[in-house]
Amino acid sequence: MPIFSIENLSITFRDEQNAAGLHALGPVTFSVAEREFVCVLGPSGSGKSTLLRALAGLIQPSAGTIHFQNQQAAPRVGFVFQQATLMPWRSVLENILLPLEVEHLPAAQACQKAQEMAALVGLTGFENALPRDLSGGMAQRVALARALIHDPDLLLLDEPFGSLDALTREKMWGELSRLWQARQTTVLMVTHSISEALFLADRVLLLSARPGRIKLDLPVTLPRPRSEEMRYTPAFGALAKQLKQAIE
Amino acid sequence: MEIPLKLTPKPRLERLFGLLAPLTIVLLAWELFARLGGFPAFILPSPAQVGARFWQTLTAGNLLFHLQVTLTEVLLGLAIGSLLALALGYAIAKSRLFERLLAPFLVASQAVPIVAIAPLLVIWFGSGIFSKILICALIVFFPVLVNTVVGIRAVPRSLNELMRSLRASRWQIFRHLEIPSALPVFLGGLRIGATLSVIGAVVGEFVGADKGLGFLINVGRGQYDTALVFVAVFTLVALALTLYGLVVLLEKHLLTWQENHL
Repeated sequence: MPIFSIENLSITFRDEQNAAGLHALGPVTFSVAEREFVCVLGPSGSGKSTLLRALAGLIQPSAGTIHFQNQQAAPRVGFVFQQATLMPWRSVLENILLPLEVEHLPAAQACQKAQEMAALVGLTGFENALPRDLSGGMAQRVALARALIHDPDLLLLDEPFGSLDALTREKMWGELSRLWQARQTTVLMVTHSISEALFLADRVLLLSARPGRIKLDLPVTLPRPRSEEMRYTPAFGALAKQLKQAIE
Repeated sequence: MEIPLKLTPKPRLERLFGLLAPLTIVLLAWELFARLGGFPAFILPSPAQVGARFWQTLTAGNLLFHLQVTLTEVLLGLAIGSLLALALGYAIAKSRLFERLLAPFLVASQAVPIVAIAPLLVIWFGSGIFSKILICALIVFFPVLVNTVVGIRAVPRSLNELMRSLRASRWQIFRHLEIPSALPVFLGGLRIGATLSVIGAVVGEFVGADKGLGFLINVGRGQYDTALVFVAVFTLVALALTLYGLVVLLEKHLLTWQENHL
């Protein structure tokens, strides 16, 4: 049973220079199964972020449909942006519990959940710190905790580690894998990096240049849990090569 | 030689001295100038004479009464002007239509100096407290409005998207995002508004009033009681400083997350 399915989704933005508008994405058709980890890979301007925004309900499709499994209620999503996007006036804990506040959970309960979430992402001891005192990696951990705290149906990650240095990024891959398995959530993640996609995903969707269309839908059959060493195995190399060739 | 990494704050006593020393020097110079120059008191009263007049007006006279009148005008005008500016500024920041409709009138209203409209307002609304409150509100309105618009427009788009991805309601976005995000800029406008409101009240009282500190200045001038003029002026300065200080305190209290305060 897919958690959502997309049919002939197409998104065109209004454009001053072009009466027809800027055709950013589609048409694309695909679906994602529950608890699946899918990475969307593609060149800049292939509409990867647009796809995520449409799934989050931030932009309306110009054509086509997005169907969520649960049709009664609006889908609940957790969104992690390229930048941590924290509220600078809120402490780490207050930032993490924001989704619960929006859902009107009692403050005491929200606080306790946020404490647990902070511990899960390794932020114990920083609950009362302000965002300005956090490093890039820590800030992105807060964003991840915030995106997961309300147990969303779907976790949307828009190049969440793009602004981090290489070492921190690779450390975050391990943490994200662990979190995904612990919380049993469905993930759709946009990335530029082939290694990142192969390290994390069950499946990689490769988009073409604008307007983005699905060029390749590649299952990643590598065993889990995946370790640092796995990146130097022939299987990993073969998949990476396949993706690389498909991009070019 | 060691370079200190952090400037240690000066001790309280030293800061007080830094404030009082120049003030004492100015007062002494003034006293000397007034005595040696041989000016009559209605041209330039000495600080001692002003001080004596102050004490007299405070204890035997009605300085506190006039202060209370002006304070009421200033505070009510500030409150009404800020609230209107807040509501309208929010509407303008959120809606291009509102902006196009209102902006020309608002800018035009700023081209007319308040001193020019004050007599009209006094003619229409009487020489009582109401016309002064109106003048204060008018003068406070514009800076608070501009800062509200700037503050709301500067709310980060990314945070707005975050709230929308969480399906937050309009009210929740207002309450959890727009208010805290725009607060620093809004309070900056309020700080300017607070001092302008004092000017508004005095302008109104100058044009036509039978009470208030502006009226007291008029009385002092009419009776060649220049010491009284000084008393009223200094009281106004103290009033404006206090209001300004209160807004700064409010900022410090509300914006603890910001590092730098003016």
